[in-house]
Amino acid sequence: MALPSYASPLERVWHYTYLGICAAVFLFLIAPILIVIPLSFNVEPYFSFTEKMLSLDPSGYSLRWYDTLLTLGVNAPEGPRDAAWWSVVWNDATWIKAAKNSLWVGLWATILATVLGTVAALGLSRPEMPYRRVIMAILISPMIVPIIIIAVGMFFFYSSTCVSPDNFVGQALMPFLSKKGCLNNSNLGIIMAHATLGIPFVIITVTATLSGFDQSLIRAGASLGATPTRVFFKVVMPLILPGVISGALFAFVTSFDEVVAVLFIAGPEQQTIPRQMWNGIREAISPAILAVATILVIISIGLLATVEMLRRRSEKLRVVSPY
Amino acid sequence: MTDMTAGMFTTGILTTSDGRPLKAALARAQRRAKWRAFLLVLPLLAFVLVTFVVPIGTMLKRSVYHDGFSAAAPALGAWFAGHPQGAEIDETAYAALVIDLRQMQANKTAGSAGTRVNYNLSGAISLFKAGARNAVDLQPPYKEALLALDARWGEPLMWTAMRASASAYTADFYLVAADMERNAEGGVQLVDENRQIYKYLFVKTFVLSALITLLCLLLSFPIAHLLAVLPMARANLLMILVLLPFWTSLLVRTTSWIALLQEQGIVNDILVWLRVLGDDGRIRMIYNQAGTVIVMTHILLPFMVLPLYSVMKTIPPSYARAARSLGATSWTTFRRIYLPQTLPGIAAGSLLVFILAVGYYITPALVGGAEGQLISNFIDFHMDKSNWSLAAAIAAVLLAAVLVLYWLYDRLIGIDRLKLG
Repeated sequence: MALPSYASPLERVWHYTYLGICAAVFLFLIAPILIVIPLSFNVEPYFSFTEKMLSLDPSGYSLRWYDTLLTLGVNAPEGPRDAAWWSVVWNDATWIKAAKNSLWVGLWATILATVLGTVAALGLSRPEMPYRRVIMAILISPMIVPIIIIAVGMFFFYSSTCVSPDNFVGQALMPFLSKKGCLNNSNLGIIMAHATLGIPFVIITVTATLSGFDQSLIRAGASLGATPTRVFFKVVMPLILPGVISGALFAFVTSFDEVVAVLFIAGPEQQTIPRQMWNGIREAISPAILAVATILVIISIGLLATVEMLRRRSEKLRVVSPY
Repeated sequence: MTDMTAGMFTTGILTTSDGRPLKAALARAQRRAKWRAFLLVLPLLAFVLVTFVVPIGTMLKRSVYHDGFSAAAPALGAWFAGHPQGAEIDETAYAALVIDLRQMQANKTAGSAGTRVNYNLSGAISLFKAGARNAVDLQPPYKEALLALDARWGEPLMWTAMRASASAYTADFYLVAADMERNAEGGVQLVDENRQIYKYLFVKTFVLSALITLLCLLLSFPIAHLLAVLPMARANLLMILVLLPFWTSLLVRTTSWIALLQEQGIVNDILVWLRVLGDDGRIRMIYNQAGTVIVMTHILLPFMVLPLYSVMKTIPPSYARAARSLGATSWTTFRRIYLPQTLPGIAAGSLLVFILAVGYYITPALVGGAEGQLISNFIDFHMDKSNWSLAAAIAAVLLAAVLVLYWLYDRLIGIDRLKLG
């Protein structure tokens, strides 16, 4: 990106202005994400930097908001921090419970979306797949259709999808549904909703990986006597694994950050981290939210690093690269 | 082998080793391959049908179905069926109404019946509740008795509204969403200028989305270009700055914008410190339209940068150099040579950002204040107020708009070219 030697003085000025504009846009992108990290250590209950923080006085900083995350919802927050106290925190603290619930829902939604999505992507990338375009459009649409419409539809559908606990089917399904035997207010309902929202990401990443996949490798495997299952696990899977893992991570992040569907279809027992944050931002906004935000930013940095690593690995593995 | 050769020569058709015509065998093999591919997709398709397509179908049904009045007023329904629009509202009609009102009181359905009629004529809920409460004491002739109770029972508009409500399937919610109402003759007309809220709301949503798309384009263009021309290693490093927001929770980003933009927030602090603003002149940049626009631009920016970047990366730098060598100024080179080649990226990014912006909910709800609310927030508002059918009708209109844009995206760019990171 060096200037050519024939550049006029005006072009030189423009070139440095241009670099300045780029720097400003990058600042606009990244500053709001990094700003929460120092703010979360504020000793005061404010959302801005205090005099003490700016002069780097240690007494201006504290971990009190991280402590709040542990103690909110606990009966005796001031007690001695022994094993018993920690076990109470593990079971009762509002944010810990929300985190556990989020992880649980996210895990199952990710497994569901990744398994179904990967298998479907294998079919979609076969040249003989019929109605490919229409089916692809349907499978990607949960990402395009506004989330509020999906949530409203799911609310109507889930509240009318109930089983009766009297018959055999009802008894078998009851543990997964709400107390009334319906899909709304149940963890299964949220898992299904989140899996649906994560599927487009799995489809996109896995089909992208498969587009660089040499289909003749499958025939090569078959000609050497391997069964289709063996070809899949020994040849296809290792090559598309980076794409599958990135898709799974996208699906997990989608679930871990999803709040609108949860607001519509979850009951009071299904608290998740985004829902807690949503309530926190709407009602009493406290720097505890910033502490959660900081933790989430660190998690997303880790996820991004993983995905980038996988992407590079996948590019190296590509037999034919379209670009 | 000899059999087969003989078969080939006698019939003139190529056959397989077991004697079937080759054409049929090939067609069969292809059919089986098609089925195998389809069977791989089938489980996911079935899952998405149940968790996504059917719920949206349920919602669409809600938008044309409301049996609050038709179920509660069977006698009046029968009267309407026997007397077409324009027939005189005589004593038999009032008698049917009183029968239904008594029934509503017994079944406690006056509220839901009134709610349904209320969509066509406001004030109907209280009228029905009062009517049902007093229906037992009414004596014939019922027309005089009801009119004595409340003169509104005699209004032609009331009867048109009830006639429209007497059928469970109706397009009335779409009328409301289009700022229309029924008049006394049974036709439809636009509501008064000052009561037209939805037209204004749809226009506002589309204008703000277009503004956000434009801002995203203006901000993305320079950095996408920089990323495309920098050497790979440095571009990858800068790319992280684009991808990190993409991976960061929406709620986290919204929270930090609140910290930045509120009146006691960091941006105002800096402006005051720089003496640009006085301490009493702090600007309110959040909980209004400006807040919605700024935060949504930030959130949707990566969706513009990524498609632009992938197109710019394929533009060979030699074209620009050739133009310069032929005597074009740098501005002409940009306008006539570079910009036209980036158009596919501009189209892809703009359409995607616009589609996502039109249906946005979370950010306007948290930082939009009263004036920064979009269509999605009104859908939520009506869901909250239990106006489910109206919410579904507005959602259906929004869905139609988004699907048209999605179809356009697929035609112009192709959804299989959608890429993440």
